[in-house]
Amino acid sequence: MKITEKDVEQVAELAKLKLTAEEKKTYGAQLKDIIGWMDELNKADISKAEADSYALGNKSVLREDIPEQFADTEALLKNAPDREFNFIKVKKVIE
Amino acid sequence: MKAISIAQKVRSGQIKAVDITREYLDRIKEKDGNINAFLEVFNKSALKKAEEVDLKASQGKPLGMLAGVPVAIKDNMLYKNHKMTCASKILENYISPYTATVVEKLLKEDAVIIGRTNMDEFAMGSSTENSAFMKTKNPLNTQCVPGGSSGGSAAAIAANMAVISFGSDTGGSIRQPAAFCGVYGLKPTYGSVSRYGLAAFASSLDQIGPFANNPEDLRLAFSAIKGYDAKDSTSREYPSREDKQDIKGITIGVPEDHFIKKLNDEVKKEFANMKESLQKLGAKIAPINLPNAEYAVSTYYIIASSEASSNLGRYDGIRYGINSKKAQSLADSYKLSKGEGFGPEVKRRIMLGTYSLSAGYYDAYYIKAQKIRTLIKADFNEAFKKVDIILTPTAPTAAFKFGEKSNDPI
Repeated sequence: MKITEKDVEQVAELAKLKLTAEEKKTYGAQLKDIIGWMDELNKADISKAEADSYALGNKSVLREDIPEQFADTEALLKNAPDREFNFIKVKKVIE
Repeated sequence: MKAISIAQKVRSGQIKAVDITREYLDRIKEKDGNINAFLEVFNKSALKKAEEVDLKASQGKPLGMLAGVPVAIKDNMLYKNHKMTCASKILENYISPYTATVVEKLLKEDAVIIGRTNMDEFAMGSSTENSAFMKTKNPLNTQCVPGGSSGGSAAAIAANMAVISFGSDTGGSIRQPAAFCGVYGLKPTYGSVSRYGLAAFASSLDQIGPFANNPEDLRLAFSAIKGYDAKDSTSREYPSREDKQDIKGITIGVPEDHFIKKLNDEVKKEFANMKESLQKLGAKIAPINLPNAEYAVSTYYIIASSEASSNLGRYDGIRYGINSKKAQSLADSYKLSKGEGFGPEVKRRIMLGTYSLSAGYYDAYYIKAQKIRTLIKADFNEAFKKVDIILTPTAPTAAFKFGEKSNDPI
Protein backbone atom coordinates (compact mmCIF):
# COMPACT_ATOMS: atom_id res chain seq x y z
CA MET A 1 0.00 0.00 0.00
CA LYS A 2 1.47 3.32 -1.07
CA ILE A 3 0.56 6.48 0.75
CA THR A 4 1.40 9.64 -1.14
CA GLU A 5 1.78 13.13 0.23
CA LYS A 6 -1.53 13.93 -1.44
CA ASP A 7 -3.21 11.11 0.51
CA VAL A 8 -1.81 12.48 3.76
CA GLU A 9 -3.05 15.97 2.90
CA GLN A 10 -6.49 14.67 2.07
CA VAL A 11 -6.77 12.75 5.35
CA ALA A 12 -5.55 15.80 7.30
CA GLU A 13 -8.15 17.91 5.48
CA LEU A 14 -10.92 15.44 6.41
CA ALA A 15 -9.71 15.51 10.03
CA LYS A 16 -9.51 19.33 9.95
CA LEU A 17 -5.97 19.03 11.22
CA LYS A 18 -3.17 21.40 10.26
CA LEU A 19 0.09 19.53 9.80
CA THR A 20 3.55 21.01 9.24
CA ALA A 21 5.61 19.81 6.28
CA GLU A 22 7.66 17.66 8.62
CA GLU A 23 4.57 16.16 10.25
CA LYS A 24 3.18 15.28 6.85
CA LYS A 25 6.33 13.29 6.13
CA THR A 26 6.35 11.57 9.54
CA TYR A 27 2.68 10.65 9.56
CA GLY A 28 2.79 9.57 5.92
CA ALA A 29 5.56 7.09 6.70
CA GLN A 30 3.96 5.90 9.95
CA LEU A 31 0.55 5.55 8.35
CA LYS A 32 2.12 3.35 5.71
CA ASP A 33 3.79 1.17 8.38
CA ILE A 34 0.68 0.86 10.50
CA ILE A 35 -1.54 0.06 7.52
CA GLY A 36 1.06 -2.54 6.52
CA TRP A 37 0.70 -4.27 9.90
CA MET A 38 -3.06 -4.19 9.56
CA ASP A 39 -2.77 -6.41 6.49
CA GLU A 40 -2.28 -9.23 8.97
CA LEU A 41 -6.04 -9.01 9.45
CA ASN A 42 -6.53 -10.41 5.95
CA LYS A 43 -5.71 -13.83 7.39
CA ALA A 44 -8.87 -13.85 9.51
CA ASP A 45 -11.89 -15.62 8.06
CA ILE A 46 -14.61 -12.98 8.17
CA SER A 47 -16.90 -14.57 5.59
CA LYS A 48 -19.54 -15.44 8.20
CA ALA A 49 -18.98 -12.61 10.67
CA GLU A 50 -21.25 -9.63 11.08
CA ALA A 51 -19.82 -6.20 11.82
CA ASP A 52 -20.21 -5.27 15.47
CA SER A 53 -19.98 -1.72 16.68
CA TYR A 54 -21.31 -2.38 20.15
CA ALA A 55 -19.74 -4.12 23.06
CA LEU A 56 -23.09 -5.31 24.40
CA GLY A 57 -25.17 -5.99 21.31
CA ASN A 58 -26.96 -3.27 19.42
CA LYS A 59 -29.91 -2.70 21.68
CA SER A 60 -31.24 0.81 21.28
CA VAL A 61 -31.97 2.60 24.49
CA LEU A 62 -34.77 5.09 24.09
CA ARG A 63 -36.14 7.65 26.49
CA GLU A 64 -38.55 10.55 26.37
CA ASP A 65 -36.94 13.73 25.11
CA ILE A 66 -37.56 16.03 28.03
CA PRO A 67 -35.63 19.31 28.06
CA GLU A 68 -33.85 20.15 31.29
CA GLN A 69 -32.20 23.32 32.49
CA PHE A 70 -28.41 22.88 32.73
CA ALA A 71 -27.33 23.77 36.25
CA ASP A 72 -24.57 26.25 35.43
CA THR A 73 -24.50 27.70 31.91
CA GLU A 74 -22.04 30.36 33.02
CA ALA A 75 -19.51 27.60 33.76
CA LEU A 76 -19.92 26.36 30.17
CA LEU A 77 -19.52 29.82 28.69
CA LYS A 78 -16.44 30.52 30.79
CA ASN A 79 -14.56 27.81 28.90
CA ALA A 80 -15.21 29.45 25.52
CA PRO A 81 -12.10 31.18 24.14
CA ASP A 82 -14.18 34.10 22.88
CA ARG A 83 -17.63 35.29 23.94
CA GLU A 84 -19.94 38.26 23.95
CA PHE A 85 -22.65 38.38 26.62
CA ASN A 86 -24.21 34.91 26.63
CA PHE A 87 -22.98 33.97 23.18
CA ILE A 88 -19.89 32.15 21.98
CA LYS A 89 -18.11 34.21 19.36
CA VAL A 90 -16.76 32.59 16.20
CA LYS A 91 -15.09 33.88 13.07
CA LYS A 92 -17.27 34.87 10.14
CA VAL A 93 -18.80 31.75 8.52
CA ILE A 94 -19.71 33.33 5.18
CA GLU A 95 -17.45 35.92 3.62
CA MET B 1 -4.38 1.32 56.16
CA LYS B 2 -7.04 -0.24 53.92
CA ALA B 3 -9.92 1.88 52.63
CA ILE B 4 -12.32 -0.44 54.40
CA SER B 5 -10.70 0.24 57.80
CA ILE B 6 -10.37 3.99 57.18
CA ALA B 7 -14.06 4.30 56.32
CA GLN B 8 -15.02 2.19 59.33
CA LYS B 9 -12.89 4.21 61.76
CA VAL B 10 -14.03 7.55 60.34
CA ARG B 11 -17.66 6.48 60.67
CA SER B 12 -17.19 5.40 64.27
CA GLY B 13 -15.23 8.56 65.08
CA GLN B 14 -12.02 6.69 65.97
CA ILE B 15 -10.06 8.71 63.45
CA LYS B 16 -10.67 12.04 61.78
CA ALA B 17 -11.03 12.34 57.99
CA VAL B 18 -9.03 15.58 58.23
CA ASP B 19 -6.08 13.77 59.81
CA ILE B 20 -6.07 11.03 57.18
CA THR B 21 -6.39 13.61 54.40
CA ARG B 22 -3.48 15.65 55.84
CA GLU B 23 -1.37 12.52 56.12
CA TYR B 24 -1.85 11.80 52.41
CA LEU B 25 -1.44 15.42 51.30
CA ASP B 26 1.83 15.56 53.28
CA ARG B 27 3.03 12.34 51.70
CA ILE B 28 2.28 13.70 48.23
CA LYS B 29 4.25 16.83 49.08
CA GLU B 30 7.14 14.73 50.28
CA LYS B 31 7.22 12.11 47.51
CA ASP B 32 5.55 13.37 44.38
CA GLY B 33 8.34 15.76 43.42
CA ASN B 34 10.18 12.61 42.43
CA ILE B 35 7.30 10.50 41.06
CA ASN B 36 5.06 13.07 39.28
CA ALA B 37 1.86 11.09 39.68
CA PHE B 38 -0.32 14.17 40.24
CA LEU B 39 -0.96 16.94 37.75
CA GLU B 40 -2.74 18.84 40.51
CA VAL B 41 -3.40 18.28 44.19
CA PHE B 42 -6.77 19.53 45.41
CA ASN B 43 -5.53 20.64 48.85
CA LYS B 44 -8.34 23.06 49.56
CA SER B 45 -11.39 21.13 48.36
CA ALA B 46 -10.02 17.88 49.84
CA LEU B 47 -9.65 19.37 53.31
CA LYS B 48 -13.05 21.03 53.04
CA LYS B 49 -14.68 17.70 52.15
CA ALA B 50 -12.81 15.98 55.00
CA GLU B 51 -14.12 18.60 57.44
CA GLU B 52 -17.66 18.01 56.21
CA VAL B 53 -17.23 14.27 56.73
CA ASP B 54 -15.94 14.79 60.28
CA LEU B 55 -18.81 17.14 61.05
CA LYS B 56 -21.33 14.57 59.85
CA ALA B 57 -19.60 11.91 61.96
CA SER B 58 -19.70 14.11 65.07
CA GLN B 59 -23.40 14.79 64.51
CA GLY B 60 -24.09 11.07 64.25
CA LYS B 61 -25.31 11.39 60.66
CA PRO B 62 -24.94 8.36 58.37
CA LEU B 63 -21.73 8.27 56.33
CA GLY B 64 -20.92 6.63 53.00
CA MET B 65 -18.90 3.50 52.31
CA LEU B 66 -15.78 5.54 51.47
CA ALA B 67 -15.99 7.94 54.42
CA GLY B 68 -12.76 9.94 54.61
CA VAL B 69 -10.88 7.74 52.11
CA PRO B 70 -8.29 9.72 50.08
CA VAL B 71 -9.05 9.08 46.43
CA ALA B 72 -7.24 10.23 43.27
CA ILE B 73 -8.88 10.53 39.84
CA LYS B 74 -7.38 10.34 36.38
CA ASP B 75 -7.33 13.70 34.64
CA ASN B 76 -10.08 12.74 32.20
CA MET B 77 -13.00 12.80 34.64
CA LEU B 78 -14.99 15.94 35.34
CA TYR B 79 -15.11 17.38 38.86
CA LYS B 80 -17.02 20.65 38.86
CA ASN B 81 -14.94 23.81 39.34
CA HIS B 82 -11.70 21.83 39.07
CA LYS B 83 -9.38 21.73 36.10
CA MET B 84 -9.48 18.77 33.74
CA THR B 85 -6.91 18.62 30.93
CA CYS B 86 -6.66 15.00 29.66
CA ALA B 87 -2.92 15.80 29.94
CA SER B 88 -3.31 17.77 26.72
CA LYS B 89 -2.27 21.31 25.85
CA ILE B 90 -5.58 21.71 24.04
CA LEU B 91 -7.47 21.56 27.38
CA GLU B 92 -4.77 23.24 29.46
CA ASN B 93 -7.20 25.76 30.98
CA TYR B 94 -10.43 23.78 30.93
CA ILE B 95 -12.53 24.00 34.10
CA SER B 96 -15.14 21.25 34.60
CA PRO B 97 -18.64 22.77 34.28
CA TYR B 98 -20.26 19.73 35.92
CA THR B 99 -19.27 16.54 37.72
CA ALA B 100 -18.94 13.05 36.20
CA THR B 101 -21.35 10.43 37.54
CA VAL B 102 -18.46 8.39 38.94
CA VAL B 103 -17.06 11.39 40.83
CA GLU B 104 -20.55 12.31 42.01
CA LYS B 105 -20.95 8.81 43.43
CA LEU B 106 -17.57 8.98 45.16
CA LEU B 107 -18.50 12.27 46.81
CA LYS B 108 -21.85 10.83 47.84
CA GLU B 109 -20.00 7.95 49.50
CA ASP B 110 -17.96 10.61 51.36
CA ALA B 111 -14.64 9.94 49.63
CA VAL B 112 -12.10 12.77 49.76
CA ILE B 113 -10.85 13.55 46.27
CA ILE B 114 -7.25 14.65 46.68
CA GLY B 115 -6.12 15.31 43.13
CA ARG B 116 -6.02 14.54 39.42
CA THR B 117 -3.39 12.19 38.07
CA ASN B 118 -1.14 12.22 35.03
CA MET B 119 -1.93 10.14 31.94
CA ASP B 120 -1.06 9.69 28.30
CA GLU B 121 -2.67 12.55 26.37
CA PHE B 122 -6.35 11.66 25.85
CA ALA B 123 -5.53 8.20 27.26
CA MET B 124 -3.55 7.27 24.14
CA GLY B 125 -0.48 5.30 25.09
CA SER B 126 0.90 2.69 27.46
CA SER B 127 3.68 4.50 29.33
CA THR B 128 2.25 7.93 30.33
CA GLU B 129 5.16 9.39 28.34
CA ASN B 130 2.58 10.97 26.00
CA SER B 131 1.42 13.44 28.66
CA ALA B 132 1.88 17.00 27.39
CA PHE B 133 3.02 18.09 30.85
CA MET B 134 5.38 15.65 32.53
CA LYS B 135 6.63 12.10 32.81
CA THR B 136 5.47 9.94 35.70
CA LYS B 137 8.01 7.57 37.20
CA ASN B 138 7.35 4.03 38.35
CA PRO B 139 7.62 4.09 42.17
CA LEU B 140 9.08 0.56 42.14
CA ASN B 141 11.95 1.62 39.91
CA THR B 142 12.15 5.28 38.91
CA GLN B 143 14.11 4.43 35.74
CA CYS B 144 10.99 2.71 34.42
CA VAL B 145 7.66 3.96 33.13
CA PRO B 146 4.56 3.34 35.27
CA GLY B 147 2.63 2.01 32.27
CA GLY B 148 -0.34 3.79 30.81
CA SER B 149 -2.47 5.39 29.99
CA SER B 150 -3.58 5.62 33.65
CA GLY B 151 0.05 5.73 34.83
CA GLY B 152 -0.45 8.51 37.38
CA SER B 153 -3.29 6.68 39.10
CA ALA B 154 -1.27 3.45 39.33
CA ALA B 155 1.85 5.26 40.59
CA ALA B 156 -0.19 7.15 43.21
CA ILE B 157 -1.26 3.81 44.71
CA ALA B 158 2.17 2.21 44.46
CA ALA B 159 3.74 5.18 46.31
CA ASN B 160 0.93 5.20 48.89
CA MET B 161 -0.11 8.73 47.89
CA ALA B 162 -3.79 7.68 47.62
CA VAL B 163 -5.75 4.79 49.10
CA ILE B 164 -7.88 4.27 46.01
CA SER B 165 -7.49 5.81 42.59
CA PHE B 166 -9.47 5.68 39.38
CA GLY B 167 -8.42 5.29 35.80
CA SER B 168 -10.04 4.47 32.49
CA ASP B 169 -9.34 1.46 30.32
CA THR B 170 -9.90 1.33 26.55
CA GLY B 171 -7.26 -1.21 25.54
CA GLY B 172 -5.51 -2.04 28.80
CA SER B 173 -5.06 1.41 30.34
CA ILE B 174 -5.93 0.25 33.88
CA ARG B 175 -4.69 -3.33 33.72
CA GLN B 176 -1.24 -2.71 32.28
CA PRO B 177 -0.17 0.20 34.59
CA ALA B 178 -1.49 -1.80 37.58
CA ALA B 179 0.76 -4.68 36.52
CA PHE B 180 3.75 -2.39 35.89
CA CYS B 181 3.40 -0.72 39.31
CA GLY B 182 2.62 -3.90 41.25
CA VAL B 183 -0.84 -2.82 42.42
CA TYR B 184 -4.35 -4.15 41.85
CA GLY B 185 -6.44 -2.79 38.99
CA LEU B 186 -9.93 -3.64 37.78
CA LYS B 187 -11.30 -3.01 34.31
CA PRO B 188 -15.00 -3.60 34.92
CA THR B 189 -17.35 -5.13 32.37
CA TYR B 190 -18.21 -2.54 29.73
CA GLY B 191 -21.43 -0.80 30.70
CA SER B 192 -21.27 -1.56 34.41
CA VAL B 193 -19.90 1.92 35.22
CA SER B 194 -21.29 5.16 33.81
CA ARG B 195 -19.08 7.07 31.39
CA TYR B 196 -20.98 10.34 31.83
CA GLY B 197 -18.38 13.03 32.45
CA LEU B 198 -15.47 10.90 31.21
CA ALA B 199 -13.70 12.56 28.27
CA ALA B 200 -14.40 10.13 25.41
CA PHE B 201 -11.56 8.36 23.61
CA ALA B 202 -13.15 5.26 22.02
CA SER B 203 -16.73 5.08 23.24
CA SER B 204 -17.42 1.43 22.47
CA LEU B 205 -14.45 0.41 24.62
CA ASP B 206 -13.92 3.09 27.32
CA GLN B 207 -14.62 2.02 30.88
CA ILE B 208 -13.75 3.54 34.27
CA GLY B 209 -12.29 1.36 36.99
CA PRO B 210 -10.33 1.47 40.27
CA PHE B 211 -6.76 0.85 41.47
CA ALA B 212 -5.94 -0.20 45.04
CA ASN B 213 -3.31 -1.95 47.13
CA ASN B 214 -5.54 -4.95 47.85
CA PRO B 215 -8.52 -6.73 46.28
CA GLU B 216 -10.94 -5.85 49.12
CA ASP B 217 -10.49 -2.13 48.45
CA LEU B 218 -10.82 -2.72 44.73
CA ARG B 219 -14.13 -4.37 45.33
CA LEU B 220 -15.29 -1.60 47.67
CA ALA B 221 -14.33 1.02 45.08
CA PHE B 222 -16.15 -0.83 42.33
CA SER B 223 -19.34 -1.18 44.37
CA ALA B 224 -19.24 2.57 45.02
CA ILE B 225 -19.18 3.52 41.33
CA LYS B 226 -21.11 0.80 39.47
CA GLY B 227 -24.71 0.88 38.34
CA TYR B 228 -27.09 2.13 35.69
CA ASP B 229 -27.04 5.82 34.85
CA ALA B 230 -29.73 7.41 32.68
CA LYS B 231 -27.05 9.81 31.41
CA ASP B 232 -25.07 6.99 29.75
CA SER B 233 -27.18 4.94 27.34
CA THR B 234 -24.59 2.14 27.34
CA SER B 235 -24.68 1.70 31.10
CA ARG B 236 -26.38 -1.36 32.59
CA GLU B 237 -27.44 -2.66 35.93
CA TYR B 238 -25.71 -6.01 36.29
CA PRO B 239 -26.94 -8.46 38.92
CA SER B 240 -24.52 -8.83 41.81
CA ARG B 241 -22.55 -12.03 41.68
CA GLU B 242 -22.51 -14.47 44.47
CA ASP B 243 -19.41 -14.13 46.63
CA LYS B 244 -16.87 -16.88 46.32
CA GLN B 245 -14.15 -16.82 48.93
CA ASP B 246 -12.88 -20.26 48.00
CA ILE B 247 -11.10 -21.06 44.78
CA LYS B 248 -11.74 -24.82 45.21
CA GLY B 249 -13.73 -26.30 42.37
CA ILE B 250 -13.37 -23.25 40.13
CA THR B 251 -12.30 -23.94 36.57
CA ILE B 252 -9.67 -21.53 35.27
CA GLY B 253 -9.15 -21.33 31.52
CA VAL B 254 -5.64 -20.69 30.26
CA PRO B 255 -5.24 -19.89 26.55
CA GLU B 256 -2.80 -22.07 24.68
CA ASP B 257 -2.64 -19.90 21.59
CA HIS B 258 0.32 -18.39 19.87
CA PHE B 259 0.03 -14.93 21.49
CA ILE B 260 0.51 -16.39 24.95
CA LYS B 261 3.82 -17.92 23.87
CA LYS B 262 5.26 -14.54 22.93
CA LEU B 263 5.84 -13.59 26.58
CA ASN B 264 9.26 -12.71 27.87
CA ASP B 265 10.91 -15.25 30.17
CA GLU B 266 10.34 -13.33 33.38
CA VAL B 267 6.60 -13.06 32.76
CA LYS B 268 6.43 -16.67 31.57
CA LYS B 269 7.98 -17.85 34.81
CA GLU B 270 5.70 -15.75 37.02
CA PHE B 271 2.69 -16.89 35.06
CA ALA B 272 3.63 -20.54 35.53
CA ASN B 273 4.09 -19.93 39.27
CA MET B 274 0.67 -18.31 39.46
CA LYS B 275 -0.97 -21.28 37.73
CA GLU B 276 0.72 -23.66 40.12
CA SER B 277 -0.35 -21.69 43.21
CA LEU B 278 -3.94 -21.62 42.04
CA GLN B 279 -3.84 -25.33 41.36
CA LYS B 280 -2.50 -25.98 44.84
CA LEU B 281 -5.40 -23.99 46.24
CA GLY B 282 -7.78 -26.40 44.51
CA ALA B 283 -8.58 -24.70 41.20
CA LYS B 284 -8.84 -26.74 38.06
CA ILE B 285 -6.74 -25.45 35.16
CA ALA B 286 -8.28 -26.10 31.73
CA PRO B 287 -6.66 -25.31 28.39
CA ILE B 288 -8.73 -23.07 26.11
CA ASN B 289 -8.29 -21.61 22.66
CA LEU B 290 -8.91 -18.05 21.54
CA PRO B 291 -7.92 -18.46 17.89
CA ASN B 292 -8.77 -14.90 16.87
CA ALA B 293 -7.06 -13.24 19.82
CA GLU B 294 -3.92 -12.77 17.76
CA TYR B 295 -5.84 -10.15 15.77
CA ALA B 296 -6.95 -8.30 18.88
CA VAL B 297 -4.27 -5.60 18.89
CA SER B 298 -4.71 -4.64 15.23
CA THR B 299 -8.48 -4.79 15.53
CA TYR B 300 -8.41 -2.65 18.65
CA TYR B 301 -6.08 -0.16 17.04
CA ILE B 302 -8.37 0.41 14.05
CA ILE B 303 -11.58 0.59 16.07
CA ALA B 304 -10.15 2.80 18.83
CA SER B 305 -8.47 5.19 16.37
CA SER B 306 -11.61 5.43 14.25
CA GLU B 307 -13.79 6.26 17.23
CA ALA B 308 -11.15 8.66 18.55
CA SER B 309 -10.98 10.55 15.26
CA SER B 310 -14.70 11.12 15.56
CA ASN B 311 -14.75 11.88 19.31
CA LEU B 312 -11.86 14.33 19.14
CA GLY B 313 -13.52 16.30 16.37
CA ARG B 314 -15.11 18.41 19.10
CA TYR B 315 -11.81 20.06 20.07
CA ASP B 316 -12.14 22.76 17.46
CA GLY B 317 -11.32 25.70 19.73
CA ILE B 318 -14.83 27.16 19.66
CA ARG B 319 -16.65 26.12 22.84
CA TYR B 320 -13.55 25.23 24.86
CA GLY B 321 -9.88 24.49 24.50
CA ILE B 322 -7.18 26.54 22.91
CA ASN B 323 -8.06 28.69 19.94
CA SER B 324 -5.25 29.50 17.53
CA LYS B 325 -4.41 33.18 17.35
CA LYS B 326 -3.04 32.73 13.83
CA ALA B 327 -6.34 31.77 12.21
CA GLN B 328 -7.85 34.08 9.60
CA SER B 329 -11.02 32.11 8.80
CA LEU B 330 -13.31 29.73 10.67
CA ALA B 331 -12.03 26.68 8.74
CA ASP B 332 -8.47 27.74 9.53
CA SER B 333 -9.34 28.15 13.15
CA TYR B 334 -10.43 24.49 13.46
CA LYS B 335 -7.31 23.21 11.76
CA LEU B 336 -4.78 25.44 13.47
CA SER B 337 -6.27 24.98 16.94
CA LYS B 338 -6.04 21.20 16.59
CA GLY B 339 -2.61 21.39 15.00
CA GLU B 340 -1.29 23.50 17.87
CA GLY B 341 -3.17 21.78 20.68
CA PHE B 342 -2.77 18.05 20.07
CA GLY B 343 0.44 16.12 20.67
CA PRO B 344 2.04 13.68 18.18
CA GLU B 345 0.39 10.46 19.40
CA VAL B 346 -3.08 12.02 19.29
CA LYS B 347 -2.48 13.37 15.79
CA ARG B 348 -1.22 10.00 14.61
CA ARG B 349 -4.35 8.24 15.86
CA ILE B 350 -6.66 10.88 14.40
CA MET B 351 -4.91 10.43 11.05
CA LEU B 352 -5.20 6.62 11.14
CA GLY B 353 -8.81 6.76 12.33
CA THR B 354 -9.81 9.28 9.69
CA TYR B 355 -8.05 7.19 7.05
CA SER B 356 -9.81 3.96 8.04
CA LEU B 357 -13.19 5.71 8.06
CA SER B 358 -12.69 7.47 4.74
CA ALA B 359 -14.41 6.52 1.49
CA GLY B 360 -12.54 3.72 -0.25
CA TYR B 361 -10.93 2.32 2.91
CA TYR B 362 -13.96 2.00 5.20
CA ASP B 363 -14.71 -1.61 4.23
CA ALA B 364 -11.09 -2.71 4.11
CA TYR B 365 -10.25 -1.46 7.59
CA TYR B 366 -13.10 -0.27 9.79
CA ILE B 367 -15.75 -2.81 8.75
CA LYS B 368 -13.22 -5.62 8.67
CA ALA B 369 -12.11 -4.74 12.20
CA GLN B 370 -15.75 -4.72 13.35
CA LYS B 371 -16.21 -8.20 11.90
CA ILE B 372 -13.11 -9.54 13.58
CA ARG B 373 -14.36 -8.01 16.80
CA THR B 374 -17.39 -10.32 16.47
CA LEU B 375 -15.09 -13.31 16.00
CA ILE B 376 -12.98 -12.42 19.04
CA LYS B 377 -16.11 -12.06 21.12
CA ALA B 378 -17.39 -15.44 19.92
CA ASP B 379 -14.09 -17.04 20.99
CA PHE B 380 -14.60 -15.77 24.52
CA ASN B 381 -18.24 -16.86 24.62
CA GLU B 382 -17.17 -20.33 23.54
CA ALA B 383 -14.41 -20.47 26.18
CA PHE B 384 -16.74 -19.36 28.97
CA LYS B 385 -18.98 -22.36 28.28
CA LYS B 386 -16.20 -24.50 29.73
CA VAL B 387 -14.52 -22.30 32.32
CA ASP B 388 -15.46 -19.91 35.13
CA ILE B 389 -12.64 -17.45 34.63
CA ILE B 390 -9.80 -16.91 32.21
CA LEU B 391 -6.26 -16.34 33.44
CA THR B 392 -3.67 -14.56 31.34
CA PRO B 393 -0.63 -12.41 32.09
CA THR B 394 -1.54 -8.72 31.98
CA ALA B 395 1.33 -7.67 29.73
CA PRO B 396 3.99 -9.58 27.77
CA THR B 397 6.81 -7.81 29.68
CA ALA B 398 7.35 -6.09 33.01
CA ALA B 399 7.76 -2.27 33.14
CA PHE B 400 10.17 -0.95 30.52
CA LYS B 401 12.58 1.97 30.69
CA PHE B 402 11.80 5.54 29.56
CA GLY B 403 12.14 6.03 25.81
CA GLU B 404 12.49 2.30 25.16
CA LYS B 405 9.24 1.98 23.22
CA SER B 406 8.72 5.52 21.99
CA ASN B 407 9.80 4.67 18.44
CA ASP B 408 7.14 1.99 18.17
CA PRO B 409 3.87 3.63 17.15
CA ILE B 410 1.82 0.62 18.35
